[in-house]
Amino acid sequence: MNKVIRIFIKDSTLIPVISIVLGLLIGALIMLLGAYNPIRAYASLIEKAFGDLYSIGETIRQITPLIFTGLSVAFAFRIGLFNIGAEGQFIIGSVTAAFVGIQFDLPWYIHVPFAVVAGGIAGGLWGSLAGLLKVYRGVHEVIATIMLNWIALYLSNYIVKFFLIEPGQQRSRILSDSSWLSSSWLSQLFDGARIHYGILLGLICTFLFYVILWKTRQGYELRAVGYNPDASEYAGIHVKKNIVRSMMVSGVFAGLGGASEVLGVFHYQTIHSVFPGHGFEGIAVALLGGNTAVGTILGAVLFGVLTFGATGMKFGAGVPIEIINIVIALVIFFVAASGLVKAIIDKVKKKIISGGSSLPTSQDWKKGV
Amino acid sequence: MERQTVIEMRNITKRFPGIVANDAVNLQVRQGEIHALLGENGAGKSTLMNVLFGLYQPDEGDIYIRGEKVEITDPNVANDLGIGMVHQHFMLIDTFTVAQNIILGSEPKKKGWRIDYNKSVEEIQQLSEKYGLRVDPHAKIKDISVGMQQRVEILKILYRGADILIFDEPTAVLTPQEIQELITIFKNLVKEGKTILLITHKLKEIMATCDRVTIIRRGKVIDGSLEVSQTTPDELAAKMVGKEVKFKVDKKDAVPGHPVLSVKHVTAYDNRGIKKLNDISFEVKAGEILGIAGVDGNGQSELIDVISGLRPVASGEILLMDRPIHHLSPRKISERGVGHIPEDRQKRGLILDFSIAENMVLKNYHQPEFSNRGFLNYKKVREHAARLIAEFDIRTPDESVKAGALSGGNQQKVIIAREVNHNPDLLIAAQPTRGLDVGAIEFVHRRLVEQRDKKKAVLLISLDLDELLNLSDRIAVLYEGQIVGIVDPRETNEKDLGLMMSGGKTNSGSWGA
Ligand SMILES: Nc1ncnc2c1ncn2[C@@H]1O[C@H](COP(=O)(O)OP(=O)(O)OP(=O)(O)O)[C@@H](O)[C@H]1O
Ligand SMILES: [Mg+2]
Repeated sequence: MNKVIRIFIKDSTLIPVISIVLGLLIGALIMLLGAYNPIRAYASLIEKAFGDLYSIGETIRQITPLIFTGLSVAFAFRIGLFNIGAEGQFIIGSVTAAFVGIQFDLPWYIHVPFAVVAGGIAGGLWGSLAGLLKVYRGVHEVIATIMLNWIALYLSNYIVKFFLIEPGQQRSRILSDSSWLSSSWLSQLFDGARIHYGILLGLICTFLFYVILWKTRQGYELRAVGYNPDASEYAGIHVKKNIVRSMMVSGVFAGLGGASEVLGVFHYQTIHSVFPGHGFEGIAVALLGGNTAVGTILGAVLFGVLTFGATGMKFGAGVPIEIINIVIALVIFFVAASGLVKAIIDKVKKKIISGGSSLPTSQDWKKGV
Repeated sequence: MERQTVIEMRNITKRFPGIVANDAVNLQVRQGEIHALLGENGAGKSTLMNVLFGLYQPDEGDIYIRGEKVEITDPNVANDLGIGMVHQHFMLIDTFTVAQNIILGSEPKKKGWRIDYNKSVEEIQQLSEKYGLRVDPHAKIKDISVGMQQRVEILKILYRGADILIFDEPTAVLTPQEIQELITIFKNLVKEGKTILLITHKLKEIMATCDRVTIIRRGKVIDGSLEVSQTTPDELAAKMVGKEVKFKVDKKDAVPGHPVLSVKHVTAYDNRGIKKLNDISFEVKAGEILGIAGVDGNGQSELIDVISGLRPVASGEILLMDRPIHHLSPRKISERGVGHIPEDRQKRGLILDFSIAENMVLKNYHQPEFSNRGFLNYKKVREHAARLIAEFDIRTPDESVKAGALSGGNQQKVIIAREVNHNPDLLIAAQPTRGLDVGAIEFVHRRLVEQRDKKKAVLLISLDLDELLNLSDRIAVLYEGQIVGIVDPRETNEKDLGLMMSGGKTNSGSWGA
């Protein structure tokens, strides 16, 4: 592709910001059409998400898994892979952590890290399966990960049913509390909200994401393969190995997310009849965040706030929760159709600074999808 | 005869972060002429043409087309004004046919929504006959030669009714024969009243085809609208670089030593399974430059790939300093002392989204100099790049600029700096001066000769016969995957070489591998 055009299509961080604003505005319009008061709706959304300590704690709880799955998808994107499998890797991570949490009885300072690490490793292995299939069998990672998601779902259900079941219930036994990532101290700090230490783990992972990609030799290779596999091969970089590795790291992030959720929030693994959905939301989070570390956090915060605050809209303004799904869908739509938003930005820019220079910025906002 | 001015660019200024690419540039082009833009790498030629084509907006200045002031806000506006551009890197869809590519975006419709292929094929055939373009509308892009692809690009803009055609270094990727054909096409185009703007570094081409030339240096016009008939290549070169340029490197006679590279009975296949190297054997000795001549597609790419480990050898062996390397990975081979300037700089040579600094360590980022316990020392990486930028005169604000933002010639210089800096025992140089200005060519040629004089071996693959004749100590002619002869450049000429390259025999030069 022409270098000029490549440089031109990536605009600044403006695109996600404008997309969010547009999404909210059109959401408001739809509410008006339904004769709801959008201002009241958004106000009660904010109120619900941040109104008191409890709400803040619960919002953070909502954000936590999205950070992990967002990182997972973003990491794979960086090497040019579309990991739809964060969902499955998340489930595998959580069932593994649940298994460790139930079947072992250890002092907490061993049990917690053991369960967390086991979940991460299991997710990583699950992710690398898709990488191996791609490299050695030529199976496209989208196909492989979609199928692996279903296998993960039923494998998890099987494990729960046959090894961990709480008789008479559709879930596993409760994890021994030595493996919990939550603490009553933290919970009480937030008026009993289910916030847990998984958020710290998420922030550490975000930091690692950044360090791996931008500071290490491995990250250099991964980015090289992502940008230009031909040149990477020429440079002596093992392209296949890097594909498998990136899927593995991607899976580790998702797996840790699953572990954090089961160890921190539920303390048991349910028999799922449908996907919990954090992995799929991770795709949108990564897209919003432009596959960067900080962007992923911001994307997760936005998603967490919107989805958790949505219930507030219902009580505060009588707006159906589904509206918020429309808003979210609109935001994603505008980010994905960034060309459209770019055109709008350009029009506005021209009006504001007519004659000003149009410098192409060197943001990493690119290759989103 | 004074012709009407069709394009006038007045005081165009375009800035990029840290650099003024065009500094109050004036350009006037007359109806029906071939107008050349000449200037060093990074002088701002492509930028100026991208402004004219609507890809960039100028920070200052005005554009007049046929006397009318216009705002070219995007390429569609340029299209409507009858301006078309053939970019240096083609923009075609590989799996589409020629016709599909040409009509893409302006498809003729039948009954409102169905694409009328027959009509478009007919139109394309008429157009290509009119201008002598000779393309098969039904062929797939991936199956046709680079020269043919370029003609498709030309057809694409003619099909949209352009009468001002911009060409950005069209001959850089062509073989000598294709260049001749392109020049004929140019003449046909102006005969039909088209106007051509041509960016090229090849002074010979300017002398042979152009009416007038505008010379740019570091963003400023040095000489606007010089009549080509009133100038000489030497004068052009001097004006463009600001000093005298030597077209021929001085070099002492080669003192070849022991063989560095021995290729023995190698056979290899291309991606489609066609045999491209057929039991080929030759040697490159320490202290010599072996040139490989040949019509494009006779196995050059495969030869480069098998030596650098990017393609498996079906049979035969390759020795570097008497040790086999044909089973080693590209990295091992590179660590054994093989440098490689690849023929396609954007596909293989560079990662355009990486900074110059990151590109400069593409081959050795993993070595202790830059890498410690799994971490890259970016400070060292940047210092390393800064040193090479200075040494190789790469025109850029600094080393953190993305390689993709460099001018074409400066991208090439990044690769050359990286590969020569390793001081490899064997340097494979494939089209090393593609897209470079005359000054930079002289510089690169000197570096290659220096390598040779340091008792290193250089394998030079080039489509430019002048370059081969100038630089090589011996020239091997590649034809259908075999070496059909090795000649002494002092005892041969372009004509004889050309004959051998097309499979014929000649009397000059010695035979045998
Ligand atoms: N998109 C961009 N972003 C930043 N800098 C750019 C961009 N495009 C060009 N430049 C800079 O502008 C200057 C002029 O570049 P340009 O591509 O016009 O040179 P050129 O005359 O075409 O050179 P060459 O002969 O090497 O192709 C260079 O210094 C280049 O690095
Ligand atoms: Mg250029």
